[in-house]
Amino acid sequence: MSRKIRVLIAKPGLDGHDRGAKVVARALRDAGMEVIYTGLHQTPEMIVETAVQEDVDVIGLSLLSGAHMTLFTDVISLLKEKGMEDVIVVGGGIIPDEDIPKLKKIGVAEIFGPGTLVEDIVSFIEKHVKREDR
Amino acid sequence: MFDKKMLKEIREHEKQWEENCYRPLTERKPERKPKFKNLSDIEIKPVYLPTDIEDVDYLKDIGFPGEYPFLRGIHATMYRGRIWTMRQFAGFGTAEETNKRYKYLLAHGETGLSVAFDYPTLYGYDTDHPFARGEFGKCGVAVSSLKDMEILFDGIPLDKITTSMTINGPAAIIWAMYIANAENQGIDKKLIGGTIQNDILKEYIAQKSFIFPPESSMRLIVDTFEYGFKYVPKWNTISISGYHIREAGSTAVQELAFTLLDGLEYVKAAMARGLEIDQFAPRLSFFFNAHNDFFEEIAKYRAARRIWARELKKLGAKKPRSMYMRFHTQTAGCTLTAQQPEINIVRVTIQALAAVLGGTQSLHTNSMDEALALPSEKAVRIALRTQQIIAEESGVTNTVDPLGGSYYIEWLTDKMEEEAYKYFDRVEKLGGVIPAIEKGFFQKEIAEAAYRYQKEIDEEKRIIVGVNRYQIEEDLEIPLLKMDEKGEERQINRLKKLRKERDNAKVQRNLERLRKAAEGDENLMPYILDCVHSYATLGETCQVLREVFGEYKEPIIY
Repeated sequence: MSRKIRVLIAKPGLDGHDRGAKVVARALRDAGMEVIYTGLHQTPEMIVETAVQEDVDVIGLSLLSGAHMTLFTDVISLLKEKGMEDVIVVGGGIIPDEDIPKLKKIGVAEIFGPGTLVEDIVSFIEKHVKREDR
Repeated sequence: MFDKKMLKEIREHEKQWEENCYRPLTERKPERKPKFKNLSDIEIKPVYLPTDIEDVDYLKDIGFPGEYPFLRGIHATMYRGRIWTMRQFAGFGTAEETNKRYKYLLAHGETGLSVAFDYPTLYGYDTDHPFARGEFGKCGVAVSSLKDMEILFDGIPLDKITTSMTINGPAAIIWAMYIANAENQGIDKKLIGGTIQNDILKEYIAQKSFIFPPESSMRLIVDTFEYGFKYVPKWNTISISGYHIREAGSTAVQELAFTLLDGLEYVKAAMARGLEIDQFAPRLSFFFNAHNDFFEEIAKYRAARRIWARELKKLGAKKPRSMYMRFHTQTAGCTLTAQQPEINIVRVTIQALAAVLGGTQSLHTNSMDEALALPSEKAVRIALRTQQIIAEESGVTNTVDPLGGSYYIEWLTDKMEEEAYKYFDRVEKLGGVIPAIEKGFFQKEIAEAAYRYQKEIDEEKRIIVGVNRYQIEEDLEIPLLKMDEKGEERQINRLKKLRKERDNAKVQRNLERLRKAAEGDENLMPYILDCVHSYATLGETCQVLREVFGEYKEPIIY
């Protein structure tokens, strides 16, 4: 039986810019996905805990504060610790180009910067969540 | 404003014009869109006429600059007398690095300072707090104690330059550090000027760097109002901000309405404390966004001034200074594109011009590279030069409110005002601003508007140059700001050293006295000043208040 793609949209750290996270959460929901939005001020531990609880396929991390190298890295290593490498992690926000290859190297699947059309995020997720999981 | 006979003739002519001129043309060659709308979804007509503003009573509704209702400007001379303050929001890394940036900006003709604090500081945490992990100096400068404040303003004359500080939850504490720093330099606090943002309501609504629940936050804010007019009379004790509401995705009308509602809520809170409106209201200031729709923005500023004057008068203000709205403007960060970043210079120019034509008192122009990172020196300099060109070359400063009397602008000003008052009614029905926040009303309105805007871009109903039209393949060649990698370590060492060397018994005593006062209902400013003077850190002082007041948790709405 196919199940809906489950996505966790998360705001790590102290950053309060939640416009993008909310727009993306709503767009993914409108595209037929099951979306859980964490709200603000989440530690990497809280995010991974929620991901486990909610059994998500995808985590979308939104950050505009510049703390992405630290906080995205923390989320990925906690996922590894929990054996949750299959969860696809994508990111969005103000992320300088030179950081993108570094983030991809540690396991972030894609970075969606300013000006991204939300339909591109939808199709990326649909393409990358493994069919057999659904 | 116009005589009846003339209006009648215009109306008759308008009919003929529609039949003989406009309609035949549009039937032959339709307009580009079935409807033209501004960003607040207000439909705009092909042309505006005297008949569109026939009910306007010039003296009563528009009037003269420097006079009630201040629609045309708060001063009789406006920029003929003095150019707006050029105030670039800046801060990153350590106090040393930011101090250097301030001196750079001042050397290039900036006329006021504006401090951006990093996230830990905005939430009242010291740099070595676990929640500060990864956040040090990223979105602003870290200020954990008076020590950092001393370094931040080293070599900058506090009695000559005004400083705006974007700080909300811990505003009282950061302000106390600024005052203490001036006092330690032998400068009378009556002489220092500047602004603390101190606007917690818009934090709950949009920017989200809140700490305490509404009631305690409002108390702290009224404490600063009272302390301000008594002891620091040149300081603006609040900057009631629509900027962040707009950045979170609101329309111009929502920005206007929600900001004014917040402002009135502070006035009512201060009056409930028993403060005299004409004592504190002159020190209230505002902060608006300058977004893309040029005329809509200008109408927004003009409407804001008139509504504020009217409402303050209703609440009993007598002094013009209490009624006239002074505001800062920043061009809209959310309109900057990461694609073809140089074209942001053009966007910023148009937005800045709207702010000036709307009568702003101070202005921040965004740098072209801000959709990518914190701005580089060159990008900031170009942004500042943009203001200087408007001020020195464009000629728009030669007369006050040059667009006043434009049929379109006056009509739109009235329309924005009318739409704002509809929100006033809706919020009143919800029981006021704080109940509306707790019910998520503003947050939902903004999230809806943000989603609509993004959808329009996705569907190409709204064109963003370089994003969904006129795209190019490009290699970015903008040098981004590099920060001192050792900064965080130095900051943490400084904190450790401070905690070891200060008089810790005195710190504890002051913190305990603050706790007792917070549990009661005294004005907390003198206690906070004692704490910061003894080098209690921001985190320690805030922690005491967190323990007494508790922390705010927001409803999750999207």
